[in-house]
Amino acid sequence: MEEGFDATREGEKFVEDVKRICGNTSRLLKKFDEPTDPRHGFIPKMRPLDVYLRYGLVVVDKPPGPTSHEVVAWIKRMLGVERAGHGGTLEPPRAPRYSG
Amino acid sequence: MALERMTRIIGTVMHSTKEYVCVMQLHKPVDEARLREVLGEFVGEIYQKPPLRSSVKRALRTRRIHKIDLLEYDGRYALLVVDCDAGTYMRKLCWDIGLVLGVGAHMRELRRIRTGPFRENGFLVRLDDVAEAVIRWREEGKDDLLRKVVVPGEYSVCHLPKVLVRDSAVESLTHGAQLAAPGVAAVEESVEKGSLVAIMTLKGELVGLGKAQASASEILEAEKGIVVKPTRIILERGLYPRMWKPRRGEAGVG
Repeated sequence: MEEGFDATREGEKFVEDVKRICGNTSRLLKKFDEPTDPRHGFIPKMRPLDVYLRYGLVVVDKPPGPTSHEVVAWIKRMLGVERAGHGGTLEPPRAPRYSG
Repeated sequence: MALERMTRIIGTVMHSTKEYVCVMQLHKPVDEARLREVLGEFVGEIYQKPPLRSSVKRALRTRRIHKIDLLEYDGRYALLVVDCDAGTYMRKLCWDIGLVLGVGAHMRELRRIRTGPFRENGFLVRLDDVAEAVIRWREEGKDDLLRKVVVPGEYSVCHLPKVLVRDSAVESLTHGAQLAAPGVAAVEESVEKGSLVAIMTLKGELVGLGKAQASASEILEAEKGIVVKPTRIILERGLYPRMWKPRRGEAGVG
């Protein structure tokens, strides 16, 4: 990472971003007020693209029709990643499917 | 869906709680007061047997309903918001509510509005959004859209209380060590003994998930001892320097 880059502050900002997504308002209480070394690891948003994708998540609005497994396989191929999994979708409709 | 490293925790995180909006149709009208009373009875632990057409073993199991809100009711259709454990069958729930009401009911419409921390209005992308982002990256070399379509996996632990660790503790954790008190940089006030917690670096990288062995205030006070037992590790080895001395029988890191 670049010189003069405040990794500690950027890290704090990122953790606040993460908490804001679901409106988590509980406070972080410090035990050791210590900086983090910008030479190791990454602020998640600033990971190089290949690393970024490997630690990534896609929140998919799955169209009705294809199964979750099919959608996962398509996205996997599009993104060129080796492993992917899904966290579940809606229960299927009970109405029969009409063909033609 | 989760990519590569994040597949390790998607189960734990996404299979937590879900929120649905559903339309339940009653087969005969009942009093709104009576309906509210019965809905109230379904909040808490309930028993459910998975339906015939389901992907899991059909054995009676318990699920927790955290909240049922009645948004609208016209004597026949009830619009409900249900906050429940993953694996709760809404169709079954509507059916059972109908049985208790004594008039019968079934589910007409269903939409999931939250999975774990993700609400439907937030980061939801369609397949063509993914395709567009990939094409822009491949053909123009710009990764801006791709970085919007794919979000950092860390977002999935929004709702979990966090324990931030010092740089010196990171590498040992990725090698399977437990987290000792001196390795903690900060802790979210909501951490209780036994809580599932997200272990993060000071840069906000998710190291893994673990079980807190003490409350937030105890962790802040503690000078030694294991404070978090990791259950899943996400972060790869080799990102942070190795700080521990080679020693036999070492229990924790600090």
